[in-house]
Amino acid sequence: MIISERAEEILETLWVRTEETKKGPADLGLAQTDPAIEELRGLGFIRMDQDKITLTPKGNSAGEKVVRRHRLAERLFADVLDVRKDLVHPVSCKFEHLLHGGIEDNICILLGHPTTCPHGRPIPPGECCRKHGENAGKIVSALSAMKEKQKGKVAYIQTKDRGKLQKLMAMGVLPGMSISLIQTYPSYVFQVGQSQFAVDKDLAAGIFVRTTSV
Amino acid sequence: MNLFSKLIAPFKPSGSCCGPKAECTYATAQRKVAIVGNPNVGKSVLFNCLTGAYATVSNYPGTSVEVTRGKFNLHGAEIEVVDTPGMYSLLPVTEEERVARNILVQEKPDVVMHVVDAKNLERMLPFTLQLLEAGLPVILVLNIMDEAEKLGMRIDPLYLENSLKIPVLATVLTTGRGLDELKMRLSAPVSISEGPLSIPPDDPLEKQVQVLENLLQGNYGLAKRAIGLLLLQGDEEIASLVKTRDAKNAEAIMVLVRSAQSEDSQPLTYRIALHRQVQTNRIVGEMMSIPSRPELPLREKLSRMMINPLTGLPILILILYYGIYQFVGKFGAGFLVDAIENGFFEKVVNPWITQLFTAWVPWKLIQELFVGDYGIITLGVRYAVALILPIVTTFFIAFAVIEDTGYLPRLGLLIDRLFKKIGLTGRAVIPMVLGLGCDTMATMVTRTLPTKRERLISTILLALAVPCSAQLGVILALLAGHPTGLWVWLVVLCLVFLMVGFLSSRVLPGEPPLFYMEVPPLRLPKLSNVLVKTYSRVKWYFAEIFPMFIAASFLIWLGRLTGIFDMLAKLLESPVRWIGLPPQASVAFLFGFFRRDYGVAGLYDLKSAGLLNGNQIVVASVTLTLFLPCIAQFLMNVKERGWKTGVAISVFVLLFSVSVGYLVNLCLNGLGVML
Repeated sequence: MIISERAEEILETLWVRTEETKKGPADLGLAQTDPAIEELRGLGFIRMDQDKITLTPKGNSAGEKVVRRHRLAERLFADVLDVRKDLVHPVSCKFEHLLHGGIEDNICILLGHPTTCPHGRPIPPGECCRKHGENAGKIVSALSAMKEKQKGKVAYIQTKDRGKLQKLMAMGVLPGMSISLIQTYPSYVFQVGQSQFAVDKDLAAGIFVRTTSV
Repeated sequence: MNLFSKLIAPFKPSGSCCGPKAECTYATAQRKVAIVGNPNVGKSVLFNCLTGAYATVSNYPGTSVEVTRGKFNLHGAEIEVVDTPGMYSLLPVTEEERVARNILVQEKPDVVMHVVDAKNLERMLPFTLQLLEAGLPVILVLNIMDEAEKLGMRIDPLYLENSLKIPVLATVLTTGRGLDELKMRLSAPVSISEGPLSIPPDDPLEKQVQVLENLLQGNYGLAKRAIGLLLLQGDEEIASLVKTRDAKNAEAIMVLVRSAQSEDSQPLTYRIALHRQVQTNRIVGEMMSIPSRPELPLREKLSRMMINPLTGLPILILILYYGIYQFVGKFGAGFLVDAIENGFFEKVVNPWITQLFTAWVPWKLIQELFVGDYGIITLGVRYAVALILPIVTTFFIAFAVIEDTGYLPRLGLLIDRLFKKIGLTGRAVIPMVLGLGCDTMATMVTRTLPTKRERLISTILLALAVPCSAQLGVILALLAGHPTGLWVWLVVLCLVFLMVGFLSSRVLPGEPPLFYMEVPPLRLPKLSNVLVKTYSRVKWYFAEIFPMFIAASFLIWLGRLTGIFDMLAKLLESPVRWIGLPPQASVAFLFGFFRRDYGVAGLYDLKSAGLLNGNQIVVASVTLTLFLPCIAQFLMNVKERGWKTGVAISVFVLLFSVSVGYLVNLCLNGLGVML
């Protein structure tokens, strides 16, 4: 079912309002004449109560999916494609509308079922995440957020600082290398290949690992 | 650690071109072998195996990083060996890497021996690929094979030889395994192989590299492909070379480089490194099998105990207690000093030499110079040999053992959080611990710290709050019988260390430093290695300080003769009185200018004469510990940090130590404490 971009935006806003900020029904206000409102009502996504709009259960689950697509898109742009920070949101706004027919699940799998967007808000889990429920440990996370004894493969390095990047590369921290975390305090000690290194939190936060076991 | 041993290895004159003329012409024709590789893979061991000499250190022109050079004879032909500082890639990040690359580029060695740690082949082979791309004649040395075998890894040198098309050897250099074959391979000329290229042909990057290769016409000392790749990775040194060596095409080249760089949101270094790693994994994956081992070996268990704060702290205390307090303090400063000082000098040397001089030299003045209270032999030589030598030697033995086990990086990672507060990182633990042996040597070693700010802060702390072993020995003797006083001294010192570090990290400009350090496997120290290291350090130490003892004795003699000495002592009386000490102590402080421990020894005499009470002993110990470093360290500060900074540090230390002495005295008396 394809709905217009404008209608998706409205769904997204309504969902965030009711589910995350818990503000209750929204004032319709100026949007009264917006054809997208009519479209959403026709699809049974919203209910009008005088000039207040509420999401129907059907609309709520549709809204959740839009938010999920938007935040997945943000993760993709920020982490993998390394788009500039101020561009992440506007680009994602456009991109989210293209992610239909299971593409968002593919992206979710690619990213290792991330749980939050780059701004720290939760990404609603999709079908693919539920399937991976039993392998809950299988996510990409920063080395600084991993637990002691966790293992995995380096997924990517994220840092804007050339010096940091080169230091990490010199240690052999490159995507695909197996890495295991030995200790987190007072310094992060990890093993990559057959060597052990100690780094501070700053450097550990730049290494992202697809973990394989807890 | 390797660089460190190089820094303090004995300075021998390099004998190459000082000899007869024939030797010079011969020297230019001889083959040259360069040893390259990551830090800690056994480059220096290979150097020592080949040349049979313990590292000859020479200054590399224009920088402060030292490069080791030597020669050996192979089937009648003389071969020059250059041991380069550790490098991770041809794209330099640190000063050491820059120096290492310059050796490859400018000296055009006939053979480049790339030494790798076999068990870390997949991490180090990308650099081999890079060396091959640069068109260098490479021999790959898979060292530390025994550790790889212990891990159950199977590595096939022949397979590597076929895929890389260069000679590949498996060695355990510490035991000499594989050395004969290595020498055999060295005697034959090494051909150049481009090796398997890392960038896949369908990557647009490959096209860009090829265009760059065509545009580059000048001579850079490395293959054009490597130069192109370095340019794409943003190498500024190469970019400026392009301006002169390819003036015609320079603009086109740089336009191409910039456009290639802007096409990618990720730095090209990262992408190129990824390609090299993929290529490496392909080669290594086909050949190497790494069984997983569920059971941790004993040394790994021990290592984890050392880096866990709960168990690591007790281990640190044990090491300090047995390594420093028992071995250096009790055995070195107690037993050995006693034996040499009382048994040898007091009973044998001094009476004999005094008698000799009084019998044969009629002039009182000259007698005073050699065998008087402050005589060159009775004070200077006796002091250096009987007091300093045993303390420093035992300390260096303990340090070499601790260093060889690989404990220091583990201490560094334990202490990093604390050191961050004073503007340093866990890396600084090496100069700081070494400072407990000799602050001058430690100041020299601060050059291994990555930023200028860290070097400056550690220089200040070494000058002020880290007592050297000679000083520690005398202070412990001075405070013997005052256990509370010892604690007060220790607490004040720690407070000063942390406070001054904290303040300087606030005041000095610069980015907060990053901490990263390789944690090498724990190893049992080798006796021969410990002895060689200790020997070369003690030798360096002696060469540095022995003349100072003689000079100090001479200056004191001269000062007393001319009356300047008494005048200065008089001048110092008032500051000495401020901190609550008897005026006689000013002489001790004057000695302290030459060497801090000289001063403390002076206090010891005062204490023996019953002129000092408990409080005064503590105040004097604190002040003299913080007091100006010895002249050698002052000179080293000037050499490493420049005139202005060196002098500024000294003035600061002088004022600060007297102020702290004043405060401690005030507190003790104010609180009515009698120690």
